[in-house]
Amino acid sequence: MNDMTPVKATTPKDWETDQEVRWCPGCGDYAILKAVQRTMPEIGGTPENTVFISGIGCSSRFPYYMETYGFHTIHGRAPAVATGVKLANPDLDVWIITGDGDALSIGGNHTMHLLRRNLDCQIMLFNNEIYGLTKGQYSPTSRVGTNSPSTPYGSVDRPATPCAFALGSGARFVARGFDVSKNLPDVLKAAHAHRGAAFIEIFQNCIVYNKDVFEDFAAPKGADGHQLWLRNGEPMLFGSEKSGGTKGIALDNVGLTLKVVDVVDGDWQSAGVIVHDVTNRSLAHMLVEMPFGEFPMALGVLYDDPRPTFNDAVIAQNESASAGKSPDLGKLLAKGQTWTVAEGHPET
Amino acid sequence: MRPAYPPIVFLTLQCAANGIRRKGNKVAIKDGLERMATAFKDEQTSGHTPVQSDAVVVRFAGDSGDGMQLTGGQFTLSSALAGNDFATFPDFPAEIRAPIGTLFGVSAFQINFGSSAIDTAGDQPDVLIAMNPAALKTNVGSLREGGLIIADTGEFNQRNLDKAKYTSNPFEDGSLAKWQVLAFDISALTLEAVKPFGMGNKDALRCKNMWTLGLALWMFDRDRQPIIDWLNAKFAKNQVLADANIAALNAGHAYGETAELAGPLKQYHVDAAPAPAGLYRTVTGAESISYGLVAGAQLAGLKMFFGGYPITPASAILHHLSRLKEYGITTFQAEDEIAAICSAIGASYAGQLGVTSSSGPGIALKGEAMGLAIMTELPLVIVNSQRGGPSTGLPTKTEQSDLYQAVYGRNGDAPMPVIAARSPVDCFDCAVEAVRIAVEYMTPVMLLTDGYIANAAEPWLVPDLEEYTPFPVEFLESVPEDGFKPYSRDHKLKRPWVKPGTPGLLHRIGGIEKEVDTGHINYAPANHQAMTDIRSAKVNGVADSIPDQIVEQGAAGAKLAVVGWGSTYGPIKQAVRRKRAEGVDVAHVHIRHIWPMPKNMAELLKSFDKIIVPEMNTGQLKTILRDQFLVDAQPVNKVSGQPFTIAEIEAAIGSAL
Repeated sequence: MNDMTPVKATTPKDWETDQEVRWCPGCGDYAILKAVQRTMPEIGGTPENTVFISGIGCSSRFPYYMETYGFHTIHGRAPAVATGVKLANPDLDVWIITGDGDALSIGGNHTMHLLRRNLDCQIMLFNNEIYGLTKGQYSPTSRVGTNSPSTPYGSVDRPATPCAFALGSGARFVARGFDVSKNLPDVLKAAHAHRGAAFIEIFQNCIVYNKDVFEDFAAPKGADGHQLWLRNGEPMLFGSEKSGGTKGIALDNVGLTLKVVDVVDGDWQSAGVIVHDVTNRSLAHMLVEMPFGEFPMALGVLYDDPRPTFNDAVIAQNESASAGKSPDLGKLLAKGQTWTVAEGHPET
Repeated sequence: MRPAYPPIVFLTLQCAANGIRRKGNKVAIKDGLERMATAFKDEQTSGHTPVQSDAVVVRFAGDSGDGMQLTGGQFTLSSALAGNDFATFPDFPAEIRAPIGTLFGVSAFQINFGSSAIDTAGDQPDVLIAMNPAALKTNVGSLREGGLIIADTGEFNQRNLDKAKYTSNPFEDGSLAKWQVLAFDISALTLEAVKPFGMGNKDALRCKNMWTLGLALWMFDRDRQPIIDWLNAKFAKNQVLADANIAALNAGHAYGETAELAGPLKQYHVDAAPAPAGLYRTVTGAESISYGLVAGAQLAGLKMFFGGYPITPASAILHHLSRLKEYGITTFQAEDEIAAICSAIGASYAGQLGVTSSSGPGIALKGEAMGLAIMTELPLVIVNSQRGGPSTGLPTKTEQSDLYQAVYGRNGDAPMPVIAARSPVDCFDCAVEAVRIAVEYMTPVMLLTDGYIANAAEPWLVPDLEEYTPFPVEFLESVPEDGFKPYSRDHKLKRPWVKPGTPGLLHRIGGIEKEVDTGHINYAPANHQAMTDIRSAKVNGVADSIPDQIVEQGAAGAKLAVVGWGSTYGPIKQAVRRKRAEGVDVAHVHIRHIWPMPKNMAELLKSFDKIIVPEMNTGQLKTILRDQFLVDAQPVNKVSGQPFTIAEIEAAIGSAL
């Protein structure tokens, strides 16, 4: 690992395993897998220094299909396992693969604390709003009224919003994409470039149990006029002539909320369209809560403002607390209130 | 100089009153102190010559805010410095600061110290120091008949008597007639002693424990200087507090001298106990385990990652290791018990020694992750400091009721080695052994202790680390000649340990059933049968690496064997010794390796006519012995949250024969 041999550039093929992929034909996971395998060469990744760690669920089979080190753990616990891996070897590039049930239901606690601590890793949450592997029960992100085997009369509990959960937990990088989006590799690259916990919600189409629930904004059907791709330093514009003209996102100064405005002749400035600033946390809070329908779906990098990472802090403290001390256990054992018994008879 | 261990040192206590070594049974009924010790050598009481005693049990009891654990810890230190052997037993409520004066808020600390080997904290105290009515009420029943009560009358007001549910003052109603009573106003004497320092009443009264300690130091002929040094270090930033506490300590000591001249209070001297030459220190089970884990990691040549979550009585291990970063230790206080073990598994996967620790309820939460470590065949040490259960149970009381959980408590056929420590000192070697098994067999290992061992302290002949045989881990770093298979096996059925980051050895592991050799996902019936058999055979094979079961006392073929495990070692050892001294044909077998057991165990157990198994549970080892060896092991059970007394084991031996 420490030799100076130049790293051989990889191709997407180098990141594929010989294992037969076992997702349902047409599953959105295939597209995400391809996007990741396309991304890895571009970020200069090396397979042996990359670890994919997952929990349980359809998405969590992901590591078996990546030619890297991989750990398919137990339900909800991937963030905890990843924390141990990263603290034990911070040189590893750690990717967590999880789903809406895995990350927000059984593993919600670990997701929260990983984000709060800011472990340097990427968390890809495949959100299909359903429990696929257990045959279709509603999940913590399912919309109210979801009919499922466990909610035959429709679900009644309000769903969690993954990106809002992440931001509320202290995440310093929050992004969104969807399975078949051509922009997904760019989102993954941005997440990888962020030092710290990078949270990416990826809308993923479960064609068996929750088919097309994202089609109102996902390509191809809902693409036009329903996707707000956020780019740092650029105005928040969406829509086209076909979808009824270019629109933008502006601030309602009275209600302190976002609003959709029409942009005429490209003059977004006079329409008051907001220029995206990935470091603006207040803006991020509004973007993650922006209700779809009335608004487009906010996609891309919603927030990116790094802070010191947990692993760096732990290692720095380990080093400073160890500085100038020797790991001589014999000396440690002989420290403190001791007494010596001499040969022959008791002695104090 | 600051002591190396935290200000509160818990020790175990035992038994002065055990009678066995009491010479001549010369009981002076009117003078309780004279029969204070288990065995006193003579009754010389004249002048200032201290009475010689072989062993004494003292119990300090007070309100949980009275500093009894601190007092007991310092008294223990003075016993150590006096060269006595000792064992201690801290017994404190789960509430940090229970309402003052209540029965459930009583905190006690018992120490048994003597001039010969001490193995338990003592069956019955010879001296009870009671700081309030509640402490008297909850503790006096265990005081040996004729023993001495020292009580602070300043606290025996109507309000406190009511809180302790006394309908009359016990000093006046004759209810304490079978004991010697020395009741006086310790509160007032303390206030007087610290008056020059101008403290408020409340702060001044907090020096009572030091006043009492001063008296105890006088009673047992101890040097005050180490305690004075400790107080100066403890209150280095507040000289007034240091001076006030030292003044209280001195005043208590002076009171002893004065009272002796005036009345019945006598001074006792317990000689130093014979012991092998060398450097000694006191050590609690939690300290000993921590050091043993460090030693194990060093012998394995690994860095250690410790994932923990606060829980009584296991937290002390996390606290100790957090201060030892220079030994290559990363400690991680996780968000919950599950994250604690999972992070440790992650660290093991990445090439460090993963360790986690908890007590019963937390161990239950870790169960699924233990299965993951078994399936992925990663080394891991899980320390369980057992407490009373089920559920939250008795957080601060001791029990051995997690044996089933340790051996059987996981989904699926999930075999895992289990070893149990018998004493604070034994924790060191057991921790080293747990690490050895974990890395030599690529398996999680559970190390059982209990609340008693974790908090108890005893003298420790500091080990020479050179005497331990290293067991360095060799990671697989390149592709073997016959190709790389993550689940290939060596002669011990161990699979290779590969650190992520190693080129050429990329592979995936997980909790889904593995294919033989390749480690790929495989649900095939024959494969699951094969893998289940392999996992079982691998863990059973650990028996090849452990010593044969020895007989502690007596020999194979005895009429009766007392078979124990864990912290019942002390009382069983003493009880068997006494019975053997009476000519009873009884043997003591103590099991460290619970799973798998030593290979000669079946033959050994079948050699005895009868077997009894004293346990602080309802018969868990008994069940395992019956199951594994088809022997008629009979249970002797106690689940009161208190350790066995020697007398209880003696009685069990008596009724078994």
